[in-house]
Parts: sequence; structure tokens; C-alpha cells
Amino acid sequence: MKKIVISLVLIGLIIISIISFVSPKETKQSKLNELKAELSKKTTPSVDHSKFPILQKKIGSPQEVTEACISCHNGRAQEVMQSNHWNWEREEFIKGRGVVYLGKKNAINNFCIGVEGNELSCAKCHIGLGMTSSSTYSYTDSKNIDCLVCHDNTETYAKAPEKGGAPDQTLDFSFIAQHVGKPKRSNCGVCHFLGGGGNNVKHGDLETALFEPSKETDIHMASSGMNLGCTECHKTEKHLISGKMYSLSSMNRNRATCEECHTDNPHSETVLNQHTYKVACQTCHIPVYAKVNATKLDWDWSTAGKLKDGQPYEEDDKDGNHTYLSIKGNFKWGKNLKPDYIWFNGTASHYLLGDKVNDTTKALVINPLNGSYNDRNSKIIPVKIHRAKQPFDPVNRILIQPKLYAEKPGEGALWKDFNWQRASEVGMKEVNLPFSGKVSFIRTEMYWPINHMVSSKEKTVQCNECHSRDNSRLAGLKDFYMPARDFSPVIETAGTGIIFFAFAGVLIHGVIRIISTRKRKMKV
Amino acid sequence: MKQKVYLYRAFERFWHWSQALIIFFLALSGFEIHGSFSFLGYQSAVKYHNMAAYALVILIIFAIFWHLATGEWKQYVPTAKNIKAQINYYLLGIFKNAPHPTRKTVLSKLNPLQRLVYLGFKILIIPTMVLSGLLYMFYRYPQNGSIEGLNIESIKTIALFHTAGAFILVAFVIVHLYLITTGTTITSNLKAMVTGYEELEDTTKSQLESKNEVISAEVNNE
Repeated sequence: MKKIVISLVLIGLIIISIISFVSPKETKQSKLNELKAELSKKTTPSVDHSKFPILQKKIGSPQEVTEACISCHNGRAQEVMQSNHWNWEREEFIKGRGVVYLGKKNAINNFCIGVEGNELSCAKCHIGLGMTSSSTYSYTDSKNIDCLVCHDNTETYAKAPEKGGAPDQTLDFSFIAQHVGKPKRSNCGVCHFLGGGGNNVKHGDLETALFEPSKETDIHMASSGMNLGCTECHKTEKHLISGKMYSLSSMNRNRATCEECHTDNPHSETVLNQHTYKVACQTCHIPVYAKVNATKLDWDWSTAGKLKDGQPYEEDDKDGNHTYLSIKGNFKWGKNLKPDYIWFNGTASHYLLGDKVNDTTKALVINPLNGSYNDRNSKIIPVKIHRAKQPFDPVNRILIQPKLYAEKPGEGALWKDFNWQRASEVGMKEVNLPFSGKVSFIRTEMYWPINHMVSSKEKTVQCNECHSRDNSRLAGLKDFYMPARDFSPVIETAGTGIIFFAFAGVLIHGVIRIISTRKRKMKV
Repeated sequence: MKQKVYLYRAFERFWHWSQALIIFFLALSGFEIHGSFSFLGYQSAVKYHNMAAYALVILIIFAIFWHLATGEWKQYVPTAKNIKAQINYYLLGIFKNAPHPTRKTVLSKLNPLQRLVYLGFKILIIPTMVLSGLLYMFYRYPQNGSIEGLNIESIKTIALFHTAGAFILVAFVIVHLYLITTGTTITSNLKAMVTGYEELEDTTKSQLESKNEVISAEVNNE
């Protein structure tokens, strides 16, 4: 009987260990291989645009290209004109604020602050041609759509600086139009890598190194790897592109997610799959960002306007990053950065032009990302926090939208006249907001979710980088109990206390026993 | 008159030693998970802690069955009788080479203090650890499911119970290991738990009595 029981126990233990070692790994591996096979398929364009007579003619302007495009691709212009790339706004519901048409017209950031009044310069990143003012611009004239900025496959098309989004007129439009296709990295990257006035300034995880990244930089986009383009993940239907940045959006919708391809339980270890309830993929799989070039972390506008011999000047660090520009102030940069971590449920709020700031003792968060441990939809995500000191009207208690760019001096633009007073006065007038005549500076923060520069699985964040007493990556998230990081001081003290007393007790008892035994023996 | 007695049966020894081994490993991996030190690596610590936990649960289920089937559970019925004498022995008598106040027999292997402490171990510490441990493993499921009533706000309370129990267990093991040496000789208790046999005072008389009579006698004495 007892032999049977013993062997049953042993067999049970062995079976359990075998099951837990062997079981689910194979299926996960084949899922990844399926994905690789799927994404390796080469697609060939269905037509050769260079054969179309309409594109073989001499084309003198980008508007003519657009007309030629629309003449075949009818209906597409209407799709484009529905998109936020064109309208520069989205219809969003913001809790506590209601429905807002959120976009570059009413949002502020803490980089170049805002586009209003500065369109000639900023519209270089608008998919339209010739925007001089975002409020008077015709969003219904399809001729103004810039098809080429997204569909040029020659990498020769480029918008001219300070021309409201128009290209250099000397380009060979016929040649470019004959070589159009699905957007490549270069099409997206020219705006999304260089936003904010330079490479990697804004995002930290989107920069020119992603044109041809190594596997260390980005496992998905690596030239020697799967070499995925932007649109493989940012799937696009009828010119509506999935994925968006929470600097200009508020609702939990139309997000491009890892789970679409990888499912929400991609690990072979159950305990790792359980982490996905509360931890976003990016949190572990993007251990560092700004892997190749530095990203901007701090922008102090308050020092802008200093001149040397009446002339604006710049100072650079050893990597060539600007640390001071007369037109913009002081900057701090960072490279190979560990992200900050926050709870995020997919919804954000926004500081909009004209909002009153009541508390200036702590930094104003321009795009608070909502979430908490107790919110079922929240997950921990990695973010870059961009800090700034930006102009503020202390009497009206609103952030100032300064006039930054003008074609010539004397119009009040900061970048030409270097006068905050005047730039604020002109800027606020253009956005129809009051200005008291006083300019001060307040600290602001912006949160930039980190989604790109995914590392290989070997380089992921290890358990003890978060589950640790000291230097936990999640040290800042205090609204929940995490094993290894957290403990109860009472239980810890009491626990070590009883262990100590138990140990000391048996030690003393043992010593007395030895001594008393010896004494007895000596007596004998 | 001493006599060699078969005190611990095969399953009992197997259960005791595998439980000891598993608990030692659970403490090692568990305190690593708690953040007290690094040894196995966090991921391995979690993985093997969970596997060892399942092994312990299975072992406990078999042990419960064994205790019920053999009637050995009665060994743990607490008694107030001789408790004071036993405490006096550990605090004073042991140093004077005084005899053990209670006699070890097949039917009463445990002294009154052991009865009390092991009973506490079985009905308080182990259930606390197993229950909080299982909740620790599975607490996310209800939270992710749709049954609101089963949701647990935070793992904190569970973790604190589990940690407190672990500290007590470690203290128990320390004292337990030391008390092994307080048998008739330094190693007699250890030998008994390894081989099953121990030399005990002649108990021919009580062995002749039937089990029931002994138990009822004890009950009457209380």
C-alpha cells in the first residue's frame, strides 16, 4: 500500500514538472514564424505610372500633379480631405470638456509652442500646398492636396522651407509623378522624424536612424531583419492611417498596437502573459530610446533673444546638438535613455489655447495622460517627458502663443526681432486672445508615449529591473504593491525580529547545554 | 530496558523529508521574489517557486489522506497535561540532565508542546501559506474577467500575509532544527526520522493495551 502511495506521489511530481517544462513553447514559435512568412511576401505595384501619357507631359507645378492624380484616382481626394493629416484636427471627446475639435489650431506644445501665426514655416509638415494661415486656408480645395509628399518613391521630392508647404518649384514633377507608390519610410520620416525643428527632437523614438536601422535600434525595421515599413503596422484604409500621438488626440481609438500581430498572450511563460493585463508590451520591449541620436529633453524659452554683437548665435554640444539658439533658448538633450513610466488608459486631456492656469507652483502638464492602477483599462507604458519653460501671461494666467516666424523683421516675430513683448502682443492678437503686456515663464511638461525602437527579445527589460528594492524602473508608480519592490516595514521588522530571536534563543540554549554537560562530566 | 521501536513509517518519513526540502526551496526562492537577495535570478525564482508550490500542495493532499486513513491525526490532538512540565524541562531540566517529562511511544510520538506547535503549523501556518499562495498566483484572473464581485483590488494584503507566514516558517525551522538535538542522544531524533526506528524505554505494557483504551485514558486525564 505505502509503496503504491509513494510511487503515485513521485509520478505525479514528475508529470507536473514535465508538463510545465515542455508544453506551450512550440506553438508560440510557430506563430512568430507565420508572421515572418506573412510579412516577407513581396508586393508588386499593379500599374506602372511611368506609362501613363498624362504623367509623361511636362508638369510645371505640384497642383498639376494633384489634378493628374485625381483624374484617375477619383474619390481619393475626398478621403484625404477627411483625414487629420489634411485637416490638422480631430473630433475628440475629452472628459470634463466635451467634444473638441482638437488640432494644431487650438493645441499648444512645449516645443515651438503653436502653429497659429507661424504657418509659413510650420506648414512644411502639412500635406497641403500653400498654407499661409490655418484659419483662412481652404480645406475644401482638392487641388491643394500634396499627393507627392506621401507617395513620391524617388526620394527627390521635398517641401521648401518657409513656403507654407509648397515644394521647390524647380523639381522635376513629371519624373516624380511617374514614380509614385505606397508611402515609404522616407515619406513619413521627413515630417515625423524631424518634427520640432530637427532630428529626433520631439519623439525620442522616431528619428532618421530608422531609415536604415540595425537590429539593435529597431528589431522590426532593421534592414538586416524583417525590414518593415511604417505602413505595415500603421495600417491604412481609405487614407485613414491607424495610430496617433497623444499630443494631438484624446480618445482610446484607432491605435496601432503590437497585439494586432503578436496577440495579447505571445509569451511561452504564463506569468509573462499575465503581465500583459497591466503592462504594455512597449514597457519591457523598449528598454531604452534615443538609441542612436539624442532627443530633446528640456527647452528653456526664457533665455531666448540674447544676441552677440546684435546678431543671433548658436552654441552646440560635442555631438552637434544645439544647446543654445538665440531664436529658441537653451536646450538639454539625452541619448540612450531609460523611459519614464506612467499608467495610461488610452485617453488624454489637453491644455488648449486660452485655458487658465491656476496653479503655477508645479509644472503644467500640457497633455495629461489618464490612468491609474485601479483603472481596469490602464496599463503601464513608457514615456518620454519633455520639460520646458515657456512664455506665460501672469495677469491673464494663460500660456502665450508668440509670433515666432515672419518673412522679414519689423512684423513682431521673435525669430526676427528678438523681442518677447512684441512677439507676444502680435501672437496673441492673431489668435484673438487677450495679452496683459507682461511676459513671464512657467514650467511645463509633455508626455510622449514611446512605441518604436523595439529591442530584440534578448535585450528586453529583465524582471529585476522593476522587481527590485533599489533603482526599480517603476519606482515612480506608487499606487500598487509590487513584489520585491514593496514590503511592509512592520512585517519586515517583526519578521527579521522573530528570526533573530529564534536564532539567538537556540544559540544561547545550546551553549548553556554544552557548558552544563561539561560541568556534569567534570564532576563525574 | 530499551527496545527498538518502528516509530515513523515509510510514507511519514517520505512526507516529512520532501516537505522539508520543498519548504527550504520555497523559502529560498520566495525571499528572492520578496527582494531580500538575488540568487536564482528573478524569473527562475518565480517559475520554480510556483512549481514547488504545486508540488507541496500535492504532497499535503496525500499527507492529509494518510493522516485520516491511518488515524495518525490523533497524534496532534492537543493536551494541556504536562505542558508546564515540558516547558520546565526545556528551560531547566535539560541542563541538569533530567529525564524527559513525557514518554515517547508509538501511540504518542509527540510531547505536549510538539502537539501544540505542530497543530498550529498544520492548521494555521500551512493553510495561510497555501491559501495566500494560491491567491497570489491566481488573483489576476478574476480582475481580468467579468465577475465584479470576485475582483481583488490589490495583491498587497495577500502578499503581506504570505510574507508574514514565511518569516514565521523560517523561525519555526530554526527552532525545529535545534530541537532535533534534544532527544535521548544528540542524534537519536534525526536517526529516527531517517530510518524510522528509535530506541525507546520499554513500553511493553502500553503496547499490549488497545489503541482505544489509551486514547480514552488520555481524554479522561484531561
